[in-house]
Order: sequence, then C-alpha cells, then structure tokens
Amino acid sequence: MHVDVVSAEKQVYSGPVTMLVAPAEMGEVGIAPRHAPLVTRIKPGEIRVTLSSGEEQSFFVSGGILEVQKSVVTILADTAIRAADIDEAEAIAAKERAEEALREQKDSIDFTQVQRELAEAAARLSLIQKIKKSK
Amino acid sequence: MSNAKEIRTQIKSIQSTQKITKAMEMVAASKMRHAQLRMEATRPYAEKMSQVIGHVAHANSEYKHSFLTPRESVKRAGMIVVSTDRGLCGGLNINLFKRAVSEIKQLSEQNIDVDVVTIGKKAAEFFKRIGVKSIANVAELGDTVHLEDFIGSIKVVLDAYSEGQIDKIYLIHNKFVNTMTQSPEAIQLVPLVPSEEEELRQHWDYIYEPEAKTVLDHLLVRYIESLVYQGVVENIACEMAARMVAMKSASENAGELIDDLQLVYNKARQASITQELAEIVGGAAAV
Repeated sequence: MHVDVVSAEKQVYSGPVTMLVAPAEMGEVGIAPRHAPLVTRIKPGEIRVTLSSGEEQSFFVSGGILEVQKSVVTILADTAIRAADIDEAEAIAAKERAEEALREQKDSIDFTQVQRELAEAAARLSLIQKIKKSK
Repeated sequence: MSNAKEIRTQIKSIQSTQKITKAMEMVAASKMRHAQLRMEATRPYAEKMSQVIGHVAHANSEYKHSFLTPRESVKRAGMIVVSTDRGLCGGLNINLFKRAVSEIKQLSEQNIDVDVVTIGKKAAEFFKRIGVKSIANVAELGDTVHLEDFIGSIKVVLDAYSEGQIDKIYLIHNKFVNTMTQSPEAIQLVPLVPSEEEELRQHWDYIYEPEAKTVLDHLLVRYIESLVYQGVVENIACEMAARMVAMKSASENAGELIDDLQLVYNKARQASITQELAEIVGGAAAV
C-alpha cells in the first residue's frame, strides 16, 4: 500500500507501508491494504505508519484530509492548526484593509484612462529596451 | 567641456549605484533559487489534491457542491490578483495588470462587474488608483509566504461566492516559464473545472466520514487555497527572476555610462594639460 503525506508547503512522506493509523474526525482509524475507498477529515494529531520492515514512523499533522483508494492512501495535511474563528478573524482583517483603501477611491473604472496609463508604461519599457539594443 | 572634477564625482556616484544594483542582482538570484525550490515543493500537494478532487467530482455523490456547479447567470465576478510588494522588477507587474484589465474589460462587455482581491502592495495601489472595487487585500508577505497569511482574503471571496454576491472567481498571477520569461496567466478558480480523465469515470463512490457535505466543503476550500498559494509562490519566483534580469541590465547600463564618462573625463584632463602647456610655452616666449 502506497502512502503519500503532503502539505501545501512540502512533501512530508511518500513510500510503501503495511499499516497506517490516523486521527480521523470520528475517531482514530487504522488503514490496512485493500481498505474500502474513504474520504475523511483528520484532526490535529499523530499519524503512524508501519513499514514493511516492521519499523514504525510517525508524523504530526495539524489537521487535513485522508483519502483512501484501493492501493493508494493520500493525506493532505494542513500547514497550521486551523479553526473557524481564526479564519473568520483573518477574513475580517482582510476586508477591513480593503475598505480602508476604498475610502479615497474613485467610483468607476475609466478604461480609457487605465489603458492609456498601461500603454504609457509599456511604451516606456519597450523604449528602454530599444535604447539598450541600439547601443 | 565640463570640469574634470565634476565628472569624477559623477563617475563615483554611478559606481556606487552600480555596486548596489550588482548586490541586488546577486540577492535576487539567490532568492530566486529558494523560491524555485519552494515552487517545486508545492507541486505534490496540488497534484494529489487535484487527483482527489477529480475522483470526488466524478464519483456519484448525492451532494453537489456549489463550487462544482456553474451558475446560469453571472452578474459579478471575483478576481484574485497576485502581485509583488516591491518594485524594481522590470515590467512584471505592469504586464500582469495589463492582462487583468483586459480580462476586466472583457467581463464588463458581458455586463459582469468585477471585485478584486489583491495580494501584494503593487496590486492594491494599482486597483485603488484605477477605481476597481477591492473586497480584501493582503500585503507585506515577505519572501517566505505561508498559507496562513492569506487564508482570510480567500475566505472573503469564497464567502461572497457562497452567499451569491459573486458568481465566478478568477486567479491572475505570473507564470514562471524560465528565468528570462514570465507570463501573466488567468485561471478560473470557481466553479472548478475538474480534469476529464476517462479512467476516473467509474461507478464507485467513497465512504464519506462524517458525511459528504462537510468533507467536500473542507476539501474544496483547501484546494482553492492551495491553488492560490501555488500562484503566490510562483509569483515570488517570477519577481526574483525579473528583478535579477532588471538589475543585471541596470549594472550593465551603469558600466556603459562609466565607460562613456571616463572617455569624457580623459578628454577634459588632456585638454587642460594641453592648455596649461600652451600657456607655459606662451609665457616663456613672451619673456
């Protein structure tokens, strides 16, 4: 049975194991080869795998998702402990920053003006490149 | 002909500028390497995630998530624009904004308004200046970004989608082609377009624990976050590459300027020596 433990920032583990134990949301689950397909969330905790040599390895995950297919088990680990209220606070902060920026802003987009500005900047760049080449 | 001393000070000042640009070039080169490594490191997660999403999307779940079903009428769209925090990186941001504006224009021709979520200071400044409504922003991420830094901003736009305020979400960021080339890329984040793989079209479904809805909600949010994270990391690699190239050409330009000035300086020096000699000879002849 092949196991991949990956997080958004790096690959944690990839290799064959004979048994895997993970802290699923509904209680700890043990996955042996040929387990039925399963998708479940996992809680922050320890994931233990038993290698074919009988050696045990464990990783700490701060939550994530466990997916089981016929011969492949994938753990998509979160990079940090996440909680609904923390996410909410982050969202409010992001919104506030945007509103702050909005206060002194014009009402609608003037496409001609924007495009003129962009064209100017692009022209300046291509001019610089031309000057460079002609030298 | 200008004063020899004046030219010498000018050469000195250009030399110190050149030193700075050279240092910046080297710093950018090393940061680019790190950013590229981080970019590579994010791939396994995104690949695995898209595999799982592919399975889930094709599995016969009784629950269809709103992120997977396109809406019939689209009135407003959200756009996540990933830019850099700092300048001095050539045309990187400008090209990206050009792409974003052309997308916004296309959408507005179909009577679709656009709200943006900006990541990076440059995008925030730009969209503020041109008057596009920004619903969330995050800046000052630094060179090592973490997913936690912008989950808030992503949540804002996903919430707006779930509440029906917006009907489509796009992500615009720079794609790292190679060190010399970075190209802006726009992808549709929501509704998700699952990969069409024939072998996945099997009639089996997962056991969902605790139930399909909670697991899918969780999974899809994580997937979108990972796509944005990937975009941000890739954009940083682009920023460093663009800055490296820009600083390299700045150093070269400074070198050329110094060479030109050196020539002028030599001429000025020669001229003053000749003049002095002529004066001495003239003086001697008079005596």
